[in-house]
Amino acid sequence: MISLKKQKKAASYAVWAFIFTAALLFLLPTVLTLANSFMTSNEISANYGALFGNMTDNKKVFMSENVNLKFIPDKVTLDQYKAVLITNSDYLMKFWNSVMLTVPITVFQLAVAILTSYGFARYPGKIKSIIFFAYIILMIMPYQVTLVPNFLVADKFGILNTRASVILPAIFSPFSIFLLTKVMKRIPVSYVEAAKLDGAGELQILTKIYLPLCKSAIISVAMLVFIDYWNMVEQPLVLMNDQDYHPLSVFLSQINTGDIGLAFAVGTVYMVPTILMFLYGEDYLVEGITTSGGIKG
Amino acid sequence: MKRKQQCGRRRERIFSDICLIPSLVGVLIFFIIPFGIVIYYSLINNSITKQFVGLDNYTKLLGNSAFLEASKNTSLFSLTAVPLSVLLSLGLAMLLERNIPGKSIFRTFFLSPLMVPSASVVLVWQVLFHNHGTINQITEFFGGQGTDWMNSGKGQVVIVMMFLWKNLGYNMILFMSALCSIPKDIIEVADLEGAGRLWKFVHIKLRYLSPTILFVLILSLINSFKVFREVYLLTGDHPLAKLYMLQHFMNNTFNSFDYQKLSAAAVIFAIVMIVIMAILLITENIFGKDVEN
Repeated sequence: MISLKKQKKAASYAVWAFIFTAALLFLLPTVLTLANSFMTSNEISANYGALFGNMTDNKKVFMSENVNLKFIPDKVTLDQYKAVLITNSDYLMKFWNSVMLTVPITVFQLAVAILTSYGFARYPGKIKSIIFFAYIILMIMPYQVTLVPNFLVADKFGILNTRASVILPAIFSPFSIFLLTKVMKRIPVSYVEAAKLDGAGELQILTKIYLPLCKSAIISVAMLVFIDYWNMVEQPLVLMNDQDYHPLSVFLSQINTGDIGLAFAVGTVYMVPTILMFLYGEDYLVEGITTSGGIKG
Repeated sequence: MKRKQQCGRRRERIFSDICLIPSLVGVLIFFIIPFGIVIYYSLINNSITKQFVGLDNYTKLLGNSAFLEASKNTSLFSLTAVPLSVLLSLGLAMLLERNIPGKSIFRTFFLSPLMVPSASVVLVWQVLFHNHGTINQITEFFGGQGTDWMNSGKGQVVIVMMFLWKNLGYNMILFMSALCSIPKDIIEVADLEGAGRLWKFVHIKLRYLSPTILFVLILSLINSFKVFREVYLLTGDHPLAKLYMLQHFMNNTFNSFDYQKLSAAAVIFAIVMIVIMAILLITENIFGKDVEN
């Protein structure tokens, strides 16, 4: 009996060790980005120079043939941050561009999605489920498919090269509708019936019952939408020619060939909003995901 | 009285219909009508003379070796990455279902890939999988032979790993919540009757998990098409043949203004997706009823 207990205990240690290792591997890129952003540019090029052949000659001196993974900087420096935040105002401008694209997209996509999901969830019917199916198909389309249509429409409306050309199609992207409809379909009819007996109208049912009950789901979907568009690269590249409008994510994706030290610092600065969101909203995120499982809800 | 009630119901129904209008208008303008134009484009010879050529663009596309290679690679990727992500995230969820110390911190760690910008991920990935990178150094340290990850067939393995790394956490939480919602009394009855672990898993848990499995399948399928951004940042326009995805093909035809080819490819892609989704939803309906009874 005792040995069985011991065996069980040993097994649970093994499980713990396994999960611990896996979890660390998952965290690794985040930590690496953070750690490397505090290294001097010489240290960076010494470690990663081999990745990029086109470094300037004086830096090549320090370069080793190997790419070294390093977590602890030899010398902690804020130089990269100084360059990103103070010396060059370009980065902050681009950061602001990201905000100006992502925030309206998130807010309005959620607003449209809340209304639409309510429409789908309350009084479902044959026609509505066909429309919903069409929405799922649209959601699965890779952006290369929708980009051409988006380009054509933006051209027709004369909004090419403006923020609106990126924001407007994104507002109507069906992703959040798909998630929220599931959650709303789970709300028990009895709640609605009770509210109706109290004399609540349809609008009140939406604002007083559906919205509060879906609060965490709405927040979690908003976080996902925000992260998705915070990282967008292709849409701004195609729809906005003017580099002055480009978000930092586009710039970040093109930095590879240049100074990598900066890339880590910019990457870290770019992570700040998402990290803050996680710190304050992780419980909402988990709770929200939790309520959205199941295909029909 | 009854009539009045029906009237009231109809009014309520109308409100829920009205709620759909903003989205329908937007989707119509920004997705459906443009997609109609895409279908039209796929049936004409070029955007200047606009001559109707029937299915010519399609037959040409199906004979295009780049398109075929891209389709093959994309299906291969999705067929490995999607089932793997379902299996692994379910496995992780079941491991984390036990009451282990540090559970909520682990949960955060598994979700952390969501925070990192794609471009930074790609940088880190390059450090890990470079010819002289970390992974090779470790294998060489233990006496193994390093592989040129990105410039050989192994590139696909790297991409599948990147996909799993990014998506497992989210899927895991979906499964954790589904596991929590399995009625405890059913498991207890099975325990009393002396059911084994495997039997319980197959006959009880899997049944209750089936809607979530399908949901995770759909989400993973969508995300498997998004992995292209990382592949693109990692390897550029024209990667090795094995890494040439459907999205590379579409991107390159887009850049070369070959809208006819692109449109035909988009329509074929849409048709394949409709078929896959229909199969998934029909399966869901069958399994969903099974659980209810």
